[in-house]
Amino acid sequence: MKVAVIKYNAGNIRSVAFALERLGVTFTITDDPEEIRSADKVIFPGVGEASTTMQYLTERKLDTVIKNLKQPVLGICLGMQLMCAHSEENNTPCLGIFDETVQFFKPTHQQKVPHMGWNSLNLSKGWLNQDLEGEFVYFVHSYFVPISKQTVATTEYILPFSSALQKGNFYAVQFHPEKSSNAGELVLKSFFEKSR
Amino acid sequence: MLTKRIIPCLDIKDGRTVKGINFIDLRDAGDPVELGAAYAQQGADELVFLDISATNEKRKTFSQLVKDIAIHVNIPFTVGGGISSVADVAPLLEAGADKVSINSAAVKRPELIDELAKAFGSQFVVLAIDARKVDNHWLVHTHGGKQPTDKKLFSWAKEGQERGAGEILFTSMDHDGTKQGYAIDPLSKLNQLLRIPVIASGGAGRMEDFLEAFVIGKADAALAATLFHFGEIKIPVLKEYLRSKELLIRF
Repeated sequence: MKVAVIKYNAGNIRSVAFALERLGVTFTITDDPEEIRSADKVIFPGVGEASTTMQYLTERKLDTVIKNLKQPVLGICLGMQLMCAHSEENNTPCLGIFDETVQFFKPTHQQKVPHMGWNSLNLSKGWLNQDLEGEFVYFVHSYFVPISKQTVATTEYILPFSSALQKGNFYAVQFHPEKSSNAGELVLKSFFEKSR
Repeated sequence: MLTKRIIPCLDIKDGRTVKGINFIDLRDAGDPVELGAAYAQQGADELVFLDISATNEKRKTFSQLVKDIAIHVNIPFTVGGGISSVADVAPLLEAGADKVSINSAAVKRPELIDELAKAFGSQFVVLAIDARKVDNHWLVHTHGGKQPTDKKLFSWAKEGQERGAGEILFTSMDHDGTKQGYAIDPLSKLNQLLRIPVIASGGAGRMEDFLEAFVIGKADAALAATLFHFGEIKIPVLKEYLRSKELLIRF
């Protein structure tokens, strides 16, 4: 299996790479369109701000490459948000793979923003291993994807939101599997084993 | 729902953990990588590694250590110690650290917070504040709590938030090492004042102290060092206790 991790200005590429190494997955970190297109599976990581990241991808024509991939693609955190239609973060048009608009969490007196820390998964049927029901994973984000037909897991903070999505060959998680201990490893394994 | 976090803190000198470490199951308890991985396996929610090495020369070896930690530890971790510029931070993040903590350098030059938040994002920036009560005011101290400043805890924490810090790590120097419990009053005030998470530090001695920090102090996370290193409180036992008190805890 050839795995490509898309190389761009994302903050968590190194951590994602280490997590794949711990799983024994071999991969290349690349921004070469040909290498990305010819991989069996693609990981689209992401930590950062939506508009500058979209601009970075567009300038390198990686936006078109990602949208047109036919093999399984896993978006992580900002990667997942950029796969949506639009983001409220600096009013940014995104890749449009998922239909939703990414929204800002409105903080309450009790609940701070960003949503940072360990929170649990409520699964609906989908690609995530069912042993992950109720498991805790690590989140850091200020924007969220609302629940839709493409939601395969939800998490509750301020309101219930999408913590995992799928549409066709596109898979995505809002949390950081690379930082989510044994549960995170099971999420990555779910992607490698179940996606096709 | 979001859980409360338990954070062991490891002090590193010349690549080795210091402060009495009394872990029986480890080959080498002085090895920060092995100790960190052991804590992760026991259920720690995050880790903090503080480099207390004196010289810049030795700091270079610290980023190699950070990389080793990132390879072996599958939970988030913060690194700190002597960070005073964007240039100090870049190699640590490149090595795989999730957050950096800054302390004395930010007091000396508060713009450092803005610079780091702008360069790397607020979620990377933990503002550590050491304070003690002097004449009824919580005064910020630097250099490991030795040097008093004219800054006050609450206004400094608020300024840190406005400048872009993503979290506040508050240590009460009056409570640190006493094992008499966290500084609950200032903690609860900080949590009312701020919209970013607050980590309680200094004073934990019993499991009840963690409960108080979370329930009364409203802390988002609680940090301890020797208590865990000496095995006086084991993380799985602590988490079971907190769950039995109906706190939201990851298990």
